[in-house]
Order: sequence, then C-alpha cells, then structure tokens
Amino acid sequence: MPHKPPTQEELERRKIVGIHEETITDVSSSDYPWTYPGEDHSWDIEAFKRNFRIEFHQNDPFEASFSLIGCDASIANAFRRIMIADIPTLAIETVFINNNTSVIQDEVLAHRLGLIPFKGGKEGLHKFLKWWRRPEDESQINNSYYDFNTVSLRLEVKCEHNEKAAPGETDPTKLYKHAHVYARDIEFCPVGRQEKYFSGENAIAPVNPDILIAKLRPGQEISLSMHMHKGVGSDHAKFSPVATASYRLMPVIKIERPILGKDAEKFAKCFPKGVIGLEKVTKQEAAQKGSGYEGHEGEVKAVVVDPMRDTVSRECLRHPEFKDKVKLGRRRDHFIFLVESTGQWESDAIFLEAVAHLKKKAQDLEKQVINMVR
Amino acid sequence: MPRAKSKKEEPVEAGSDVVMEEAPPSHQPESRDDMSVDQDENDGPEDVEDEEVDEEEEEEEDVQRVRLLPGSTPTAASFEFLNEGHTLGNALRYIIMKNPDVEFCAYAIPHPSEAKMNVRIQTFEGTTAIQALEKGLRDLQELCDVVSDKFIDAKEKFAASASS
Repeated sequence: MPHKPPTQEELERRKIVGIHEETITDVSSSDYPWTYPGEDHSWDIEAFKRNFRIEFHQNDPFEASFSLIGCDASIANAFRRIMIADIPTLAIETVFINNNTSVIQDEVLAHRLGLIPFKGGKEGLHKFLKWWRRPEDESQINNSYYDFNTVSLRLEVKCEHNEKAAPGETDPTKLYKHAHVYARDIEFCPVGRQEKYFSGENAIAPVNPDILIAKLRPGQEISLSMHMHKGVGSDHAKFSPVATASYRLMPVIKIERPILGKDAEKFAKCFPKGVIGLEKVTKQEAAQKGSGYEGHEGEVKAVVVDPMRDTVSRECLRHPEFKDKVKLGRRRDHFIFLVESTGQWESDAIFLEAVAHLKKKAQDLEKQVINMVR
Repeated sequence: MPRAKSKKEEPVEAGSDVVMEEAPPSHQPESRDDMSVDQDENDGPEDVEDEEVDEEEEEEEDVQRVRLLPGSTPTAASFEFLNEGHTLGNALRYIIMKNPDVEFCAYAIPHPSEAKMNVRIQTFEGTTAIQALEKGLRDLQELCDVVSDKFIDAKEKFAASASS
C-alpha cells in the first residue's frame, strides 16, 4: 500500500507539545528518519533553508528578543549555552590593594569590583585584546602582562570632611567628600597600543557609572590598582556577556468551541492582558449551521489575539465552563529568545558570535576527527 | 614600537573573537602557600618597548581531543571528546540522528567532574560511524551558516521596518 504523505494539519499537530491540567504530552521531537514509515526526515540543508525563520521582536543594545522558528531544541539550546558560558568578555580579574581602611573587607571589595561590567572600543575588545595566561613559572608573572592581554585600572578615593557643608547637615554625601565610591571613580590607565584602541569614546569604562562600590567616612581611604583580563562565563559568571539569555516556546491557544458572553469575559481574565480579545459574533457566523454561534448574533465571543504574551498559567483549565472548549500547547520548534547584554557586546552581536562559535567548534572537531583516523 | 610590528595582525573573520582553543581554563591560581603580596603592585602592563616576548607561541601543538573508545567496530563506535559538554553533545546528537544511515546515536557525560563527553554511533551497513560523525560535524557548520545569514537578514529587516 503506498504511503500517504502527511497532511499540513498533521505536520502542524506534530509540532505541538500538549499542555493539560496536570500533565504534558508529546514532549520530544519526532522529526527523525525512520520515525514515520514512508517519510523522509533526513537532514537536508535546502529544506532547512526553506523552513527556518528568524523574526525580531525587539533589538536594543541591552536587550534583544527574537524568534527562531523551525529548528530543534538541541540547536537553540546550544546557542543559549554558548551565549552564557563561552563568549569572552573583559573583566577585572586581579586587584592589588595598597590601602583599604573602609569597612568593606579586601576580598569582598575585590569581588564587587570583579562583577562590574565594562565597555570599550569594540575593535580593541574583540580583536586587539587576547587571552592572558598565568605563566607556569609563578616567578615570571610580572613578565606576562602586555598591552594586548591586560588592561590596567586604578581606584584612589579618600573621604574627607566637607568644610562647606551647611551646619546641621545630616546627609553624608553632603557632609563628606567622597562618602560614596562609585564605579565612575575607577580610572583607566592605557598602556602601549591601548591608547589607539581605547581613547575618547572608546575608553574602557564601567557600563553603569552609578554602581555603588563602597561607602566611606572621613579618614577612610581606598587605594588600589586592578588588572582586567579576558575570560569566559564558564570560568566565572562575571565574564558572561549576558545578564540572561533564555528562550521559551511559543504558546498555542486553541479555542475548540465558542466561548460566549460572560464566559468569554471570564476566559479573557484567565490570561495576561492582550492575549485574548473579545469580538462580536457576526451575522454570517450566527447564520452558519453547526458553528455553535446560531442565535448568538451580537454577543461577545473570545478570540485569541496574541498567544506570544501568554505565560501558560493553565488558569483556564481550572474552570469547568471551559472544559473541552480550549486546548493549550506550545510550539516545539518556535523559540522566543531574550538576550540581555551586560553592555560590553551589543545583544544581537552576542547571538551572532554564538553561532560563529558553534561553527568554529564543529570545524575544529572535524579536523580532530580526521586527525584521529589518520 | 617593535612589538607592534612583530605581532602579526591576522585579519579576523567577521563575528569571530579570539581563538577559543587558547582560552585559559581558569585564571584562578592553583592553591599556593606562598601568597606573596610583595610583588610590586602598581605594575600595569609594562611598557612593551624593551621586552622580548615569545609571541603567542605559534598555535601550540593541537592536542588530540577526540578518541575512539575501545570495543568499537566500523559500524558501531563510541567516541570520547575532551573539553566538550552538553552544548556540542546534544547539537551533534541531533544532527547525527538526522542522518538516515544512522541506526542509533546518543551522547553522555559519564561524570560531571570530568570534562569528557561520549558519543555513541551505530550505523546501518554501507557506512561507518566515523563517516557519520564527520557528516554530522559538517552539517552542523552548514546549519550555522544558514542561521547566521537568516539572523542578519531578519535584523536588517527589523531595523528597516522600525525606522520607516
């Protein structure tokens, strides 16, 4: 018997993860060769080119949101993981404390400094700066710092009384000079070719100048120098270029039978704002036999407006009046990414870098495999 | 300055940052008992002028990171990848499973504290596990190219629609 190719409807159905009151169904993808008799699901780059889509929802330097449509979770997840853990950034790695008489301990202060995100000239950051390696011979450490692998910073703050403060003033920021130490007080000390890559606009500086580092009182002082190196998020989270990079699956809401009148209003309240809309039943719909709208002309009915905004709370499944009228699900091949950059990279560039990184990984391993066989 | 010249400014591909193999595993010092503080602190990256550096040692000998595990036959083999994890493991598993000549493919991380990832491939007659692995890695590169192109297109389209 010749095998019938699957209908479009069937293909759509296969992509949906079912979400029920207490359970979920069809979690794993099934688009592999030999899963369905007579169907070819083998890898085909042309088919992938045809079916794969990317749609942007937002693209700001600090936050980008876009959908990858038509790819597998393993691929989307690889990109997400690479964005978090494998894209290199520059961060404070070593702090040399000359003097710290503030109430904040040296090691806590050093940790706080490490977590401050920095920005700087893109060319210098991504192309000029290279990895710094701790020399095997520890005594050679002072010969391992160069302009292309270390960025030097300084922080010198001393708190003093402010003679000009009004009598009776209680606000420490007015009463004292430098009562608060902020990220903007960190000073960049360019060396060698760093002048060329990190000058003016492109200087190495904290992304958020208002980060509070410490609070001081008169007589207290912080004096330290810092070394920044390149690193990756898998070593320490401070090196991660993203605050978060995450994805969620596109929610699917299917109204199977009409939800009308008061029920429709209640139904809309089961979802976040904007997901469900209310529309009047039209004359044609009411005239259509078997549609469920007969004799309801002019009443409101619930329609799905924007499923992307849904949080899939399953609230609507708790109410008996909606039983069998609605089906919830998620589209298994539609990933809504949210990439939030810490400021050193543009958030869309982080994703592109992740794609390039995965390609590089595969390329290197292909060489390795060929080498293994030889 | 002399260093600037000796350093070869290899043209860097678009979207590629520094070479990842050279990524140091961690900057944290191995536990040392001589935590000497006396090294002169204010040493910024010293001025390169009179320094002789063994310039980024010419891409140190590539260490073999992929190994065929014992007990493998041509059509049924297990591979061990060093310094790889779920990121590549799952993506590779997917793309190899998409190969119709492959009967079985799975990956595992035998122990979380060992940086090792194993891939098992069993193929039908007519091809070998190694060929399937190579094809998988090639397909993955092709996939990345498509994703990259489509991403740039979508980005430009979005920018155009936002500005108009």
